[in-house]
Amino acid sequence: MELKTIKTLKEIPREEQFAPGHRLCAGCGIPQVVRLALKAVPDPKVVVNATGCLEVATTIFPYTSWGVPWVHIAFENAAAVASGIEAAFKILSKKYGVEKPKIIVFGGDGGTFDIGFQALSGALERGHDMIYICYDNEAYMNTGIQRSGATPKGASTTTSPAGKVVPGKLERKKNLIEIAIAHGIRYAATMNPAFPVDMYNKIVKAANTPGPTVLHYFTPCPTGWYFDPSRSIEVARLAVQTRIWPLYEYDNGKIRITVPVKEPRPVEDYFKLQGRFRHLLEPENKWLLEEIKRDIEENWQKLMRMAEQSK
Amino acid sequence: MKGKLVGMNGDRAVAYAAKQAKVDVISAYPITPQTIIVETLAEYVNNGELDAAFIPVESEHTALSAAVGASLAGARVFTATSSQGLALMYEILWIAAGLRAPIVMAIGNRALSPNINIHCSHDDAYAARDTGWLQFFAENVQEAYDLTLMAFRVAEDERVLLPTIVNLDGFILTHALEGLYVLEDAEVDAFLPKRKPINPIDPKNPKTYGPLDFTDWYMEHKRLQFEVYQKVGGVVREVFDEYEKLTGRHYQPVKTFNVEGADKAIVILGSSAGTARFAARKLAEKGMKLGVVSLTQYRPFPVAELRKVLESFDVVAVLDRSVSFGSPGNQLFMDVSTALYSSKKRPILVNVVYGLGGRDFTPLHVERIYAALEEVQRKGEAPEESLWVGLREG
Repeated sequence: MELKTIKTLKEIPREEQFAPGHRLCAGCGIPQVVRLALKAVPDPKVVVNATGCLEVATTIFPYTSWGVPWVHIAFENAAAVASGIEAAFKILSKKYGVEKPKIIVFGGDGGTFDIGFQALSGALERGHDMIYICYDNEAYMNTGIQRSGATPKGASTTTSPAGKVVPGKLERKKNLIEIAIAHGIRYAATMNPAFPVDMYNKIVKAANTPGPTVLHYFTPCPTGWYFDPSRSIEVARLAVQTRIWPLYEYDNGKIRITVPVKEPRPVEDYFKLQGRFRHLLEPENKWLLEEIKRDIEENWQKLMRMAEQSK
Repeated sequence: MKGKLVGMNGDRAVAYAAKQAKVDVISAYPITPQTIIVETLAEYVNNGELDAAFIPVESEHTALSAAVGASLAGARVFTATSSQGLALMYEILWIAAGLRAPIVMAIGNRALSPNINIHCSHDDAYAARDTGWLQFFAENVQEAYDLTLMAFRVAEDERVLLPTIVNLDGFILTHALEGLYVLEDAEVDAFLPKRKPINPIDPKNPKTYGPLDFTDWYMEHKRLQFEVYQKVGGVVREVFDEYEKLTGRHYQPVKTFNVEGADKAIVILGSSAGTARFAARKLAEKGMKLGVVSLTQYRPFPVAELRKVLESFDVVAVLDRSVSFGSPGNQLFMDVSTALYSSKKRPILVNVVYGLGGRDFTPLHVERIYAALEEVQRKGEAPEESLWVGLREG
């Protein structure tokens, strides 16, 4: 069954398979992607979850928030476990007529960019039919606020603290989508909770694509980024409006910017809302702020070029 | 002996058993000396002889992770590894057992690095001993084949539901060509019908697998898991008995040889049991009686059976093909010591290290051990350190 993309929020199905009452923090961006993914991907489906905030906050025994089969095995192996489940259903379907579900994997940035990177690469290379969703709050939030390979340049975390000599993380974030595309997969996209229709449609496209797909979701973290939880969506929207988090998709060889940003907001608007970046606005760290601005511009120009070439 | 006589090495025999078990999913990564197993299974699948999913994963960690996923999905699952590969799986060994995911895994036993060595030690199997996996040790290629088939029955039994290891000594069994009797496919089908999974992943009946346990439940769940192992011995015996009816081949958790009237014995695992029995026969010709006790079932440890056998001896050598660094004894020695501690009559135990990294273990070594046991018997006390046999100097 070909799933349909939508034009307005009203078209999103009302039925929930992710129960309220989970213990994710107020203002956390994770539940939005989970709710939408469970709505956009029709039954039968199975969720595989890496260790992380989503796992620990939604399955505290004897409670569970999940209205679909949900499997957690370890931190680094969600894509590996999903590979096994997918392969098992494929053969059980062939041999015994068992209905084959769609596999949705949720991993945080630590479980995806870092410790689970090998398992993800293996699963993409082998071509398992799964939607891999990385919810990226740009640090190891489940263990506190430690730097990950997804932590952006300049951010202060507990293992890359903004100190007197080193003002936060000095390295750039890995480019997950480019890495995913390099595996030869057919669909990959970035998502953001401030743009739910765009997000829903990308999940639908991923669900319509056979084989592995990768969705990279920006998820604000009030606890780790130090901002008022009520401003979560504002922070998320600013990430797009400043071109820090471009919303785009890779669809069978073509790159398309799905939310164009013609006149970007100053990155300072985004940084000043969050404790993790506040030191960048100090005069002594101007060099780093300038470097970050250059990186953002460079990324955007590269994306524009790729989008242009795809036309 | 029932079955068709064929010639195979241990690895091929295991792969043939997995094929006859009609496994649904094989998830595997190559490592010497196990590689032939997965190569053979890949051939079966790609030649259409076995209708299974073969997942050629990128590491042993993923091999076992995928195996757990497939097992939870209700498939009959097989994997194989050795040495460092098993060490890389270590984290997932615990999870497979705790999630009650039946998987059969063959281990071509091999020494752990450093220094890199591809030959047999039992380091790998021992390192998995606390993880909750059941473990059998094969003594020859026939046993590797038989135990693989039986392992599926035990692992998938609804009273058990535990992952199970079949150990076969690296190169000594994995690569040695031996004659063995194999069953007809139809006989295996009758012995081992299609898996009937308990609570598999089912979108129509959603369940949460592997949730978070806090202090309020973790201990209760570990207790439930603990209780399962009390029932395993009984199931193993049932399966052994049923298999004997089918094949005429008799299996028991603790195998004894020449124990009647002997006051000295050795306890041993794996392929060297045959060498020990050969040496015991030679010793018997000289009027020296040495009992040989070998374990087919290593986990759960057959405490009662072993205690019953060993209580009658004065001195017993426990042979370890491994070293447990800095511990009060090597691995099997500690198991046996613990099992005997509460016995009314305890033999003096001597720990012997042998065969590390594939070092030959010969009847001559058994004779040296016998001589050492005589001395211990005479002195009435065990040496403090373990005795190493087969070192270059010796």
